[in-house]
Amino acid sequence: MILAQQQYLEEFDWFVDRWWTAWLGGDVLFLLGKVVLIFAFLLVSVMLMVWFERKVVSDMQHRIGPNVAGPWGILQTLADGIKLFFKEDITPDGADKRIFKLAPYLSLIPAFLMFSVVPIGGDFRNGDGATNFFWGDIPFRLQLVDPPMGILLFLAMSGLGIYGVMLAGWASGSKYPLLGSVRASAQMVSYEAALGLSLATIFLVSGSLRTSEIVAAQTGGALFVGGWNIWGLGFVPFVIFLIAGTAELNRPPFDLVEAEQELVGGFHTEYSSLRFSLFFLAEFMNVVTMAGIIVTLFFGGPDGPVLTETLGWAWGMLWFFLKVLVFLFIFVWFRATLPRLRYDQLMDLGWKVLIPIALGWFIVIAAREVADVEGWPVIPATLIAFVLVFGLGAPLLMGAVKNARRQRLESEIVEYG
Amino acid sequence: MGLQLFSFLIAGVIIVAGALGVVLSKHPVHAALFLIQTLFGVAVEFLVVEAHFLAAIQVIVYAGAIVILFLFVIMLLGVDNAEDLSIEPIIGQRPLAALSGAAIFGLLMTVIFSASSGGRITGEGSVSLALDATDPTGEVLPNVEQLAQVIFTDMVFAFEVTAILLTVAVVGAVVMARRIPGALQPLPEVLPIGEFSTEDQGESTAVAATEEGEEH
Repeated sequence: MILAQQQYLEEFDWFVDRWWTAWLGGDVLFLLGKVVLIFAFLLVSVMLMVWFERKVVSDMQHRIGPNVAGPWGILQTLADGIKLFFKEDITPDGADKRIFKLAPYLSLIPAFLMFSVVPIGGDFRNGDGATNFFWGDIPFRLQLVDPPMGILLFLAMSGLGIYGVMLAGWASGSKYPLLGSVRASAQMVSYEAALGLSLATIFLVSGSLRTSEIVAAQTGGALFVGGWNIWGLGFVPFVIFLIAGTAELNRPPFDLVEAEQELVGGFHTEYSSLRFSLFFLAEFMNVVTMAGIIVTLFFGGPDGPVLTETLGWAWGMLWFFLKVLVFLFIFVWFRATLPRLRYDQLMDLGWKVLIPIALGWFIVIAAREVADVEGWPVIPATLIAFVLVFGLGAPLLMGAVKNARRQRLESEIVEYG
Repeated sequence: MGLQLFSFLIAGVIIVAGALGVVLSKHPVHAALFLIQTLFGVAVEFLVVEAHFLAAIQVIVYAGAIVILFLFVIMLLGVDNAEDLSIEPIIGQRPLAALSGAAIFGLLMTVIFSASSGGRITGEGSVSLALDATDPTGEVLPNVEQLAQVIFTDMVFAFEVTAILLTVAVVGAVVMARRIPGALQPLPEVLPIGEFSTEDQGESTAVAATEEGEEH
């Protein structure tokens, strides 16, 4: 025991030494610089995203939209933010004070952390994506971290984000926020299953959880776009991911969480001033992150034509931002055109449509990969799996659902006449 | 190894503080939050020993799903108010709990001290053993791949049995939640004020009459 303690103390000394050399060597400073850059990028993108959303929605409704603060009203969000900052911060009497104050941060911090695994640039033609500039001999990736768990960090953080919403509603000590938060957490937990199942197909084809390797596996296809996962996986996982992702973000048409007509403002009804703006910030940050994740998983991330050799990594950045912009527009488009779902429709869509299809498609893709590895003819194997799953499994499931509904209706008739 | 020790100590403090919070806080929601803190600390400990996949699954499954369900039950059942801890639901529960707690603590201490006579006490031996697996080219495999290999080869039976266990649990939950036709008493018919059903008009009129009589 004493021996072990001594060993620990020696290790601790060593650690302190190493810490300072690492600091002076620039590793820590370098990482901190990356953190600050990503933080600033997310804050600015939220500011622009709110403006973009208001402007696009107003265009679609033949209105002008924000046009006073700055050119084209681009500073409107900043003005709103300053106004929110100076408003009175109210904590309701019935609130659980500590959790009421904790909840906005539980929403915000996962939103930040999620973006840390998204590669926002880099030249992936050599299958690595590591770039060296400035320091010359330190190759690094244009993403905050690249842990082996990779995209699972995104799932874990979106799971933690539920706590912010759930506790905010509960801690407010009021009925409407509580209803909103119960709806929100049920919705987010349900759609997380569909999200995870459509992700699993990507793990199958790229053979890794690391985002950088997922992107590297998608490069080098025909016409720059041939290798992207959206083609290789046959659209279905992408569509499921997009729908489940929109539901996970609590955005229209899945915004039952804050349905104004029914729940005043949903889980954040009782919040005001800066605490309210933190929820707002987290919500829009999640939108930007979800667009980034979709681009990374299905559209090759920063993959695209590299036109000049000198700034190879910068082209990746350009393509990434253009692709993200397309998805941000699609999210706004959803909001402007689709009416809100009813709660039972939402749950039916999640559990009876998206999850079974995602699972079935996963089996088909798995059959294809197994045939590929074992040297069997790939197309017949995939077709057989497809017919088994969607020709035999799907009718069975639909029959079971129909039967259950009939029995339920009958029992209700027996009970209530 | 220095950074490893440092992270281990910090995460250990977080875990123990969370565990104490679970036991000592009077409010069930606060206790659930402290439980998340503990689970998160354990995830950090997994990261410290390079078990990235376990760390992610720890957060996704325990913090992201199970404690959410706890909170759901607490919120929906409205166990909001602090419970009266002076009442003992089962007689003799507390002394027995203390006894078994002390027994588990003693057992753990025995294991730790017997292991520490061999040197390390952080369980590094078993971990580094698992990290040795290599691919055909001789390169050490990442942790995720190693875990997958172990689960789907040596441990495949245990893995499948666990899957069956979970399925049985789900089926059991569905069966318990099922409503058996006719088991419940039919609800009394609610009629709009001033209307009576044609079948038992006499009775309803009688009831309505008595109610009116009470009012007057």
